Amino acid sequence: MAASLDAAQGLTSRPPGRPARAARLRLSGLFWRHPWAKALLLLAPPLLAFIFVYLLSLVALFVSSFWTIDPFTSELKHVWNIDNYRQLWQSGAYHSVALRTIGIAAAVTVADAVLAFPLGYFMARVAGGKSRAFVFVAVLLPLWSSYLVRVYIWRLILDDSGVLNWSLRKLGLPAANIGYTNWAVWLIFTYVWLPFMILPVYGALERIPESYLEASRDLGAGAWTTFRRVILPLALPGVVAGSIFTFSLTLGDYVTPLLAGGASSQFIGNVVYDSITTQQTPFAAAFAAVPLAVMGVYLLIARKLGAFEAL
Amino acid sequence: MLVAAVAAALCVPAASAGSGNGLPTSIGKGEGQLNLIAWEGYTQPQWVKPFEKATGCQVNAKYAGSSDEMVTLMRQGGGSQYDGVSASGDASLRLIYGHDVAAVNPNLIPDWKNFIPALKGPPHNTVKGVHYGISLQWGPNTLLYNTTKVKPAPNSWSVIYSRKFKGKVTVPDNPIQIADAALYLSKAKPSLKITDPYELNSTQFNAAISLLKQQKPLIKKYWALASDEIDLFKNGGAVVGASWPYQTNTLIAAKVPVKDLIPKEGATGWADTWMMSAHAKHPNCMYKWMAWVSTPKVQAEQAIYFGETPANPKACPIMDKLSKGSAAQYHCGASASYFDSIKFWKTPVAACGNGQNDCMDYTKWQQAWTQLKG
Amino acid sequence: MEQRSTRIALAVWSALVILFLWVPLALIMLYAFNKSNVQSWPIPGFTTHWFRAAWTSEVHTSLILSVKVGLIATAIALVLGSAAAFGVARFRFFGREAVSFLLVLPIALPGIVTGIALNSAFVTGHVNLSMWTIVVGHATFCVVIVYNNVLARLRRSSPSLIEASQDLGADGWQTFRFVIWPVLSTALVAGGLLAFALSFDEVIVTTFTAGSQNTIPLLILGYIRLGQQLPVVNVIAFAMILLTAVPVLLAQRLMRDTGVLRRSAGNVTEAVESAQITAV
Repeated sequence: MAASLDAAQGLTSRPPGRPARAARLRLSGLFWRHPWAKALLLLAPPLLAFIFVYLLSLVALFVSSFWTIDPFTSELKHVWNIDNYRQLWQSGAYHSVALRTIGIAAAVTVADAVLAFPLGYFMARVAGGKSRAFVFVAVLLPLWSSYLVRVYIWRLILDDSGVLNWSLRKLGLPAANIGYTNWAVWLIFTYVWLPFMILPVYGALERIPESYLEASRDLGAGAWTTFRRVILPLALPGVVAGSIFTFSLTLGDYVTPLLAGGASSQFIGNVVYDSITTQQTPFAAAFAAVPLAVMGVYLLIARKLGAFEAL
Repeated sequence: MLVAAVAAALCVPAASAGSGNGLPTSIGKGEGQLNLIAWEGYTQPQWVKPFEKATGCQVNAKYAGSSDEMVTLMRQGGGSQYDGVSASGDASLRLIYGHDVAAVNPNLIPDWKNFIPALKGPPHNTVKGVHYGISLQWGPNTLLYNTTKVKPAPNSWSVIYSRKFKGKVTVPDNPIQIADAALYLSKAKPSLKITDPYELNSTQFNAAISLLKQQKPLIKKYWALASDEIDLFKNGGAVVGASWPYQTNTLIAAKVPVKDLIPKEGATGWADTWMMSAHAKHPNCMYKWMAWVSTPKVQAEQAIYFGETPANPKACPIMDKLSKGSAAQYHCGASASYFDSIKFWKTPVAACGNGQNDCMDYTKWQQAWTQLKG
Repeated sequence: MEQRSTRIALAVWSALVILFLWVPLALIMLYAFNKSNVQSWPIPGFTTHWFRAAWTSEVHTSLILSVKVGLIATAIALVLGSAAAFGVARFRFFGREAVSFLLVLPIALPGIVTGIALNSAFVTGHVNLSMWTIVVGHATFCVVIVYNNVLARLRRSSPSLIEASQDLGADGWQTFRFVIWPVLSTALVAGGLLAFALSFDEVIVTTFTAGSQNTIPLLILGYIRLGQQLPVVNVIAFAMILLTAVPVLLAQRLMRDTGVLRRSAGNVTEAVESAQITAV
């Protein structure tokens, strides 16, 4: 069998007339004997690119957080100090900015998880082929419309005389007046990041084999128990994977608070952005270390919960 | 504040032909492109398109909402990213001392000799007789209010510090706004002895900050983009606030019942200069642009569009032709006393004008503003 | 099988969430017809004037730039991302966890951190900001997207497929063409589409890595700042929603064919269905 196949595909029985193929076979053999060479070839370009372009610039940025700037010309002065960090620590304003950012990021994550889970379950386990395809497109398409325009339209919707208040008044309800408040910021973030939560949750729910649920029923568990003890733990990595997106995207954003926030809606990103545009790079770098640290911790927890498998 | 410096500035030698100061003596051929940093509304198609047609220089404009942003953008990429910037007085000196802008030869700009004397070589763009740009336009930061919701018509800045309009006030999101608070206090609390709203010692500075802290609960939003304020007034979020005439004009065109004025305490303002980058890639196009926007017609068009005052008084009759009464409305050809009443933006430095050195420098202004917003 | 009432409740919830996602998009499309240049509600009148006004040379230039940047960044991402995924999935080596972690950073870290880090690096290195610096910024997160997609697919397929192919005498190229490519193709397409979408719409990193050029998001930000031609912004968004319906439908089709959208009893089934094994 093997010999005839070989002949049919013109493999080992035709050496001299096919030098290119012989060379490829020798190369394959080399990689087979020395798998580390293959690994090196695969990993070196991306890693080198990442290290030199990305990692080094990150390191350089955080090194600059220990320097200062000349007050008039705003040029960087290589004078080592921890004044920037001391200022962050001492001023209450920066504490409230950081807490507000982390708090809203958490609230957005929770809201998105609550909205996405039933939808993901519907898509994965209830919907028929056509409905599933329709829901899938309906969820993905908003990601392709401009983020800026989506934030701007929400600003219009939530305005004092915008669509929301207009509809509420028509229904005889009191006006919501949440335009330019932190409620608006929370709502808008929940809206824009929702598809990022739906996709991994759907993926995780879809991978749960039907046989597990049948087995759970066979063992006498009711629907709620099955949900709590079989579905939820298996879907959790998907939820956590989605939460990495919603949490980190909210943590670092400054556009939504800028466009749609009110007088007390500064996020870490806004302070960093303002500092950069006023040439205070060291201070910006110091404050940027906060979301870096928060995400570092979050990622470690996420890894423990298996989210990386579900990304 | 500018009158004294005028005499020195005017002593710039007229003939720079081969005089060895490195300035060009004629404008060469256009390079085909021009990259500018501009305030919103400074590069409207109305006067950009004819320029592009006449000179072949395609204009790319990047908007900046504050002088700080302009300084940052000018320094990017080693300074050769942009050819020019329409810098206000609080950015221009920082750019000059940071060696980001080049000296220019004003004699290459035909209309320059017609400019009002105060703006031919003002201290914010001319240092030791060397010109670092061509003055453009100037104007006040006005008090904007909704005529149906704010009755009677206000005449004092106190209205934006008053609890009467809680949650309906808006002011610019810019550290230089501290000067506006200081200006108000210079009249409302004379005991503080504030003479220059940009030169504040720590007592005066803290008083201004504390006023702003009292104002914070009244603020709906600190506007960072001109369209923020336009949206706020259009959609009922704000009824009174500090503004630029640009917003007033846009709102009136959109049939929103607003009016603006300069209150009795006076106003801060801006005097803008087109400055050329020290590493400009398209210097000829930049010179052509500076010459173009100094012509009476373009000065008039821009003045009416934005609601500011031209540096070239020959624009005044054209303004009245384009829009009746606009010359008077925007103070074209105004007296020197009106000009002097505006406290133009300048970078706060530690050196107070009176010989003391304990004034707050701009870094402190920036930090205080960020902490105020919280 | 869930109870009927549960299924109905889930369907209703899903419909409400989809409505939540789409009502603002419908409003965006509605405002594109606004007669006034200052947006408010109710809309004072309707016109198609903005559709003609939107197609200016600066919109044209920005569109071309966005597409170019997206394609180049995605191409880089496809190559580097799959290479990295292969390296991490198929080999055990010291520092594997660290590499995995490093390759998640661009997505996990706030965009503003990436933006200002790259900007500082470019300023210090006296590198002019240009289309290439934008590409570099975009490539960092595009690589991560492709890497994650390919890695997930590799984890779900069996490494013994490659060994089997080699046992049957295929060389590297044949193995790639007949075994690896069919398994990966849809992951690459899905990853590539998502990477392109993110690059096309990215504004935060781009603000810090763009020079005087404008991509479409930067142009939109400029229009929003100016507040003079806001309906043009809506027109652009409207056009984007319509135009991208096609690739998204395409992506959905592809994912369905490989069983990603099909309920499967296990991961191996999916891999077997999608791999074309010529030997045997």
